[in-house]
Amino acid sequence: MSAIPFPAPPADSDEVLALRGEFRAFLDKHLGHRSPRQRSDNWYGFSRDFSRAMGQAGYLGMTWPKQYGGHERSAFERYVVVEESLAYGAPVGAHWIADRQSGPSIIKFGTDEQKETILPGIAAGKLAFGIGMSEPDSGSDLAATRTKAVRDGDVYRVTGTKVWTSFAHEADYVILFCRTSGTPADRHQGTSQLLVNLKDTPGLTIKPIIDLAGQHHFNEMHFEDAAVPAKNLLGAEGDGWNQVMSELAFERSGPERFLSSIELMYQLLEALRGREDDAALAMIGRLTAQLAVLRRLSRSVAAMLQAKENAGLQAAIVKDVGAVWEQTLPDFARQLVDAEPDPRTAAAYAGVLANIVHNAPSWSLRGGTREILRGIIARGLGTR
Amino acid sequence: MLADMIQRLFERSLGDAAQSEAREGKWLPALWAEVEEMGLPLALLSEEQGGFGLAPADQGEALRLLGHLAVPLPVAETMAANRLLAEAGLPLAEGAAGLARADDLTLADGRLSGTVHRVAWGENLDCLALAVGNTLYHVPRSGWTLTEPGTALNFHPRPSLAIDWVVDASAPLPHDPLAEGATVRAFQIAGALEAALDLTLEHTATRVQFGKPLQKNQVVQHELAKLAGELACATAAADLAAEALARGDLRGVAAGSLRAREAAGNGASIATQMHGAIGFTREHPLHLFTTSLWTWRDEFGGQVFWATLLGRAAMAAGEEGYWPMVTEL
Repeated sequence: MSAIPFPAPPADSDEVLALRGEFRAFLDKHLGHRSPRQRSDNWYGFSRDFSRAMGQAGYLGMTWPKQYGGHERSAFERYVVVEESLAYGAPVGAHWIADRQSGPSIIKFGTDEQKETILPGIAAGKLAFGIGMSEPDSGSDLAATRTKAVRDGDVYRVTGTKVWTSFAHEADYVILFCRTSGTPADRHQGTSQLLVNLKDTPGLTIKPIIDLAGQHHFNEMHFEDAAVPAKNLLGAEGDGWNQVMSELAFERSGPERFLSSIELMYQLLEALRGREDDAALAMIGRLTAQLAVLRRLSRSVAAMLQAKENAGLQAAIVKDVGAVWEQTLPDFARQLVDAEPDPRTAAAYAGVLANIVHNAPSWSLRGGTREILRGIIARGLGTR
Repeated sequence: MLADMIQRLFERSLGDAAQSEAREGKWLPALWAEVEEMGLPLALLSEEQGGFGLAPADQGEALRLLGHLAVPLPVAETMAANRLLAEAGLPLAEGAAGLARADDLTLADGRLSGTVHRVAWGENLDCLALAVGNTLYHVPRSGWTLTEPGTALNFHPRPSLAIDWVVDASAPLPHDPLAEGATVRAFQIAGALEAALDLTLEHTATRVQFGKPLQKNQVVQHELAKLAGELACATAAADLAAEALARGDLRGVAAGSLRAREAAGNGASIATQMHGAIGFTREHPLHLFTTSLWTWRDEFGGQVFWATLLGRAAMAAGEEGYWPMVTEL
């Protein structure tokens, strides 16, 4: 019996159903005016106003303790908010990473002071986070990290370069994965995580990395003998590898791993209307079946998180299968409706298609490449 | 509990010889007697209906096991037919049963006649749970003769039946036999895919080429990961279909059934490739599962039937309604 178990997700409770209705109304109220093209930006959208509104309405830090500004709701309630946000194409960039992984990491590993000073700001939608993992010479091979933090009295002196940091130019903090002792040859040993204030760290410079679509959300963060207060050490010095693996488990666990191109599905339906033959209907049916099953698997992951089980392996499967779905959707769309995609057009279908084609390549790279994920799954099957 | 009993029964009584006979189209009466003795035909019924009152998860596990063990008898069909008959308040099967929908049958002067195409083990059934329009009939064996022989890709018989029967057992249809059958097949597919993954892991661990087990190659590991993904999808798909069937939501049955059918093809293809040539033979047990996966994915309404049904629902939902519909499936 080799199957990787996915527990059946429970049926939506009355609370969950009510929350779904409430949250859809909230999205209509705050975002109802946005165009399909804007909605297709999905989590590349960044709006401080929207994130603050989310915080005020109690939709951030939903599962966290009340003492830190959280709402002590279930993993399923949070799941509803997350999936409805993505399905609506809400601009989630100013709270996404903080709510999903940075906050949970601080709850798990942080000091009381860190929790008290940072978590309420995240839950209020006022503090945005970036991710400080990849480096120019350390992408999938995260343990090869070179960024060095040397303890000097009550600060760490940080030197090194991080890349692909989404919204570093806008965000307030990153959790920096770095080496506090030894060399890259020591691999997992001697690594740590530091909370770095992006607005107030002398010696830190942030430069844009423009992606192939001309968008600026990635950045390079260069640390030159930058002083980070020692009290900003997250967790234990030297325990960085375990902590960063835990952070990645949070990162990989959600439904954003298959909903990135969902706006294209909506626009495809409208573009097809009036000329849908059986072959087109069958293709829409198949794609919908795949989506429904992905969603069920993803809700199983939420069930495991609710039960405090380790869902790393299951999350890797959802992300692997899910990225294929969201990434191949434009190819299926192109088999059904002819249009020359145009990144600047106001036409819904051609504009959304352009945005999706431009961005889709990143979806099997971010948060662990397809190849890394398949390695994780293969290990889970006992092959290595 | 039931799962353990099923496992023990077939591990004890179902061997290569029996599988080989079944491929010749021969009925296995001794094995069927054991199936009946265990009460399996009633396994999906509630206690009030005289069944086991199993929780949905246990029902699913039992059905998956029938696929995992490549059982060459219409056990799953009989379980499903009896559930349908019980819900309609019709007499249950006294032996093996089939289930089908045939809307082009004619009813004249109380006599039902016409052809029901490709019924699993049609010669050996006690009765057929047959839907015509919104009516369910309990057609006894005396109500049909065999017309055309038919053979499935796993070489089990699929004869067509000429119905000619004076109706004496009918009731309003509780739910569609195609949906019931498609759901059962989704579970069997998930079970057979798990067997295929088991065999593939074993083969790639023990088969040495270029001085190392196959599964020490990254390219092989990635195929195994994809196979595990297809299995996860098929298993979730079967559960999704079963929940939708219980709610009477054909869109959900379609979604679950479709994804399981797709996993059957994708998974069989990976498993065979990873076995190399031995997986293409009858010397190795993999073929029991691959040929059954290829069989089951096209039964009880085909891919196109279910995909257009769900596609039509999606089109009707449109831009605004699509996502809410997905959350209901």
